Amino acid sequence: MSITIDTATQQIALDEVPLSQRGPAPQRVVAGFGFWLFLLSDIIIFSALFAAYAVLNDQTNGGPGAIELFNKRHVFIETACLLASSFTCGMMVISVDRRSAPSTYFWALLTLLLGLAFLRLEVSEFSDMVLHGAGPSRSAFLSSFFTLVGTHGLHVTAGACWLLVMMAQVATLGFRPMVMRRMLCFSLFWHALDIVWIGVFTVVYLGAHG
Amino acid sequence: MFGKLSWAAIPLNEPIPLITVGVLIVGIVGILSLVTWKGWWPYLWREWITTTDHKRLGVMYVILALVMLLRGFSDAIMMRAQLALAAGHAAGYLPPDHYNQIFSAHGTIMIFFVGMAFVIGLMNFALPLQLGVRDVAFPVLNSVGFWLTAAGVLLVNVSLGVGEFSRTGWLAYPPLSEIAYSPGVGVDYYLWSLQISGLGTLLSGINLTTTILKLRAPGMSYARMPVFCWTALASNLLIVAAFPILTATFAMLLLDRYLGFHFFTNDGGGNPMMYINLIWGWGHPEVYILILPAFGVFSEVIATFSGKPLFGYRSMVMATMAICVLSFMVWLHHFFTMGAGANVNAFFGIATMIIAVPTGVKVFNWLFTMYGGSIRFTAPVLWAIGFIVTFVIGGMTGVLMAIPPADFVLHNSLFLIAHFHNVIIGGVIFGAMAGYTYWFPKAFGFKLHEGLGKAVFWCWFVGFYLAFMPLYGLGLMGATRRMQHYADTSWQPLMIVAFGGAVVILIGIILTVAQLVVSIRTRNRRRDLSGDPWNGRTLEWSTSSPPPVWNFAVLPVVSGPDAFWRTKHNPKGPAPKYEPLEVPKHSALGFTVAFFAVPLGFALIWHIWWLAIVGLLGIVAAVLRHAWRVDLEEHVSLATILEHEQAQQLRAARA
Amino acid sequence: MNTTANIVAEDRAPGAHQTGRDRLRSYVIGFVLAVVLTVASFAASSSSAVWGPSIPVLLGVLAIAQMGVHLVFFLHISSAPDSTNNILALAFGIFVVGLVIFGSMIIVSNLNHNMMPMDQLLQMQR
Repeated sequence: MSITIDTATQQIALDEVPLSQRGPAPQRVVAGFGFWLFLLSDIIIFSALFAAYAVLNDQTNGGPGAIELFNKRHVFIETACLLASSFTCGMMVISVDRRSAPSTYFWALLTLLLGLAFLRLEVSEFSDMVLHGAGPSRSAFLSSFFTLVGTHGLHVTAGACWLLVMMAQVATLGFRPMVMRRMLCFSLFWHALDIVWIGVFTVVYLGAHG
Repeated sequence: MFGKLSWAAIPLNEPIPLITVGVLIVGIVGILSLVTWKGWWPYLWREWITTTDHKRLGVMYVILALVMLLRGFSDAIMMRAQLALAAGHAAGYLPPDHYNQIFSAHGTIMIFFVGMAFVIGLMNFALPLQLGVRDVAFPVLNSVGFWLTAAGVLLVNVSLGVGEFSRTGWLAYPPLSEIAYSPGVGVDYYLWSLQISGLGTLLSGINLTTTILKLRAPGMSYARMPVFCWTALASNLLIVAAFPILTATFAMLLLDRYLGFHFFTNDGGGNPMMYINLIWGWGHPEVYILILPAFGVFSEVIATFSGKPLFGYRSMVMATMAICVLSFMVWLHHFFTMGAGANVNAFFGIATMIIAVPTGVKVFNWLFTMYGGSIRFTAPVLWAIGFIVTFVIGGMTGVLMAIPPADFVLHNSLFLIAHFHNVIIGGVIFGAMAGYTYWFPKAFGFKLHEGLGKAVFWCWFVGFYLAFMPLYGLGLMGATRRMQHYADTSWQPLMIVAFGGAVVILIGIILTVAQLVVSIRTRNRRRDLSGDPWNGRTLEWSTSSPPPVWNFAVLPVVSGPDAFWRTKHNPKGPAPKYEPLEVPKHSALGFTVAFFAVPLGFALIWHIWWLAIVGLLGIVAAVLRHAWRVDLEEHVSLATILEHEQAQQLRAARA
Repeated sequence: MNTTANIVAEDRAPGAHQTGRDRLRSYVIGFVLAVVLTVASFAASSSSAVWGPSIPVLLGVLAIAQMGVHLVFFLHISSAPDSTNNILALAFGIFVVGLVIFGSMIIVSNLNHNMMPMDQLLQMQR
């Protein structure tokens, strides 16, 4: 840690100054915290959708229920893809800190591919269900299922687009502080999506009962 | 090609909206023409439309709030007039269909576009100055937040002339708000406007929370922050935590309406009560979001004009944070009568009573601050004293309704209407007016006319009691809310008194406008030369009026609470050493995003899908363009800073 | 007017003090733990080795553990002073999430228990 003292009359040792009194925080900290708050607000959106699922998941309106529709093997593969992508995202963050472009692109590409694999599996599950008459307008259970899991999928899609934009930024603007702050925010976002998925697969898929 | 939109959307057979829209269009065209003729566009674009300066954005929020107050109040006086007339066999002048849109618009506009805009504007203006820093954490995002709010305002106002507004009240309960029972565009106007402005509000919440927690002057620990900053922190934490619930709930209703989902429908297994449960999970924190900054304003005003430090700083802070947490634990009291059992009702009834306690602590602290002080009875202090009396009454009626059996009689009666107007007008509006008067000289360099300010207060104060005390009685007599006509003619006298009260408030509003006009024209008589017109205690009064873009040439080092009071009376230390600075550059991102958000919203409402895609692509393009901007800061030279400091010293010497 | 000490200190984003190797270890350990817990979740849900009614509780515990692993090893939440704001914000967030989900479940189940079911209500209107 460093300190710059600007007056002739005061010597201040950093360790004696509590964190709350050190003045405005650096931009990286400010950006990271602001994005952390945004993530919390996003998780509260998911909590409302979880609440709706919890309340409505037995309202099948005579249509198919969770047990008939969900395939645990399919979900396990989706989970594996997303978890692995969280790991590759971590590797990407290390590459960014080292300012190594080739390594960053490599891990970013892996993260992207794993994320896209997850999305493909999810889209195929959804279209399957719709084709078999188990679309979101069939019952309240299905409405809440498609909305909860679909919103998560939309976030993953947005994340994938964001990752592509970040790669373009690294390629054109290099590893300047602004780009590195945004990569930090992306990694927070991507990990948070995996946390939400833990809730989704546990409650929706593993928690399914007839 | 144009979705559901057709020429029939224009209300050619309804005189009131037609005339209103006509007047509005003439007014807007008039203003735009004047600006063009005078050549003000470059100035407006550079200094206001693309500003990232928190002071300017704060001013624009407050202007937005005051303008929307006019529209919201027009709705109010129309309703009061209708009720004064429509007793027994008389039908009044507003058909029910029309009346329903009016009360829905009234509530929506007053809560979202007057209340929220006003408190967010005041917080935006004052927080960085009180914290001793140069701007908020994310200045460009601040601009985006404001313009998204403005986009929501525009859409709501467009509904007056193109289509219709919702008839479902300010919260749009299903099943009435579902597509089966509200097939028109009204509910969609409501939902999309609020989704757009809600995003703006959320961004503001994130911005201000981060600012308070991460950007304070050196030495300003949490215990040395002004109490206004603590109430702003609590309010913004509530925004970050509660607004997502609103977003999600509206999204679910939109999915029901647009894609045939069954969240809240009667059929398909939907549960309308889940909407009511979730929306109040947002709705109750929302009213605390509104009132907490007002509490903060009163803390500042009372301490300043009593010439004493605020009594009980620590208990104020603890009470504030307690309110912040407890506000999430009472929401069922808004639907005691809608099917919950006695145990659940009892829990929330007791929790509601408990939340009155920290507010009581605050009231006592304000009173003890005034006791023994040498009070100057300026307009802000009148608002503060008026607030203490009025808000306590309103709070007590709230605690009365917190008893579930009592609420079974009073739910959705005019008693309820009287209660919440009591606390919102007596609390939020009085606080907003106090803050507006208190900080006006800091923002513009001259004080508002004091005599007219006092007249405005008395009109609001007397008008409020005349308008709403009868409603308590009417509620107990059985009158319900949202009622366009009533059979019992014995209610009419009280309705007429209430209408009289509304007229008195109207005079207050007219005087507010007059006060502004007079104050501007005679501003040289009330110049604030020293920057400290009220003998203030907090750091904003250490800057010039108005402050320079950079607020503080050298960030103050804080050694205790009431930082400015300390240094004012114990000036010490070497002369400040000035250096060139960086300030955030202006940015067109906010305006551009909002510019595309309006057609996006309009297109979604009217099912014009190609236009919606255009709007969305426009937003994406604007964001991407911003992402590649590398020059985000503007250099301020040492010469500029020195010139400003010297000019201010000369001005202060003349004071 | 004011003293002019310009204290420029650096409090850091969570985890920023770690070296590259610390980070790598953090991600690898976190990943391994997360895999183990995930597999355990899937196994538990279809296992007959665990008493049936306790499976939801077990799944809940495993889910919380997995989220904890993510927070600590991937998001670098720690007990360091520069993390305090993040932890307080997280705690507030968890509080609200809990209220929204469990509050809604309790309230709606109470309502459903006390009120006539919707299809019966609709039948009355016909």
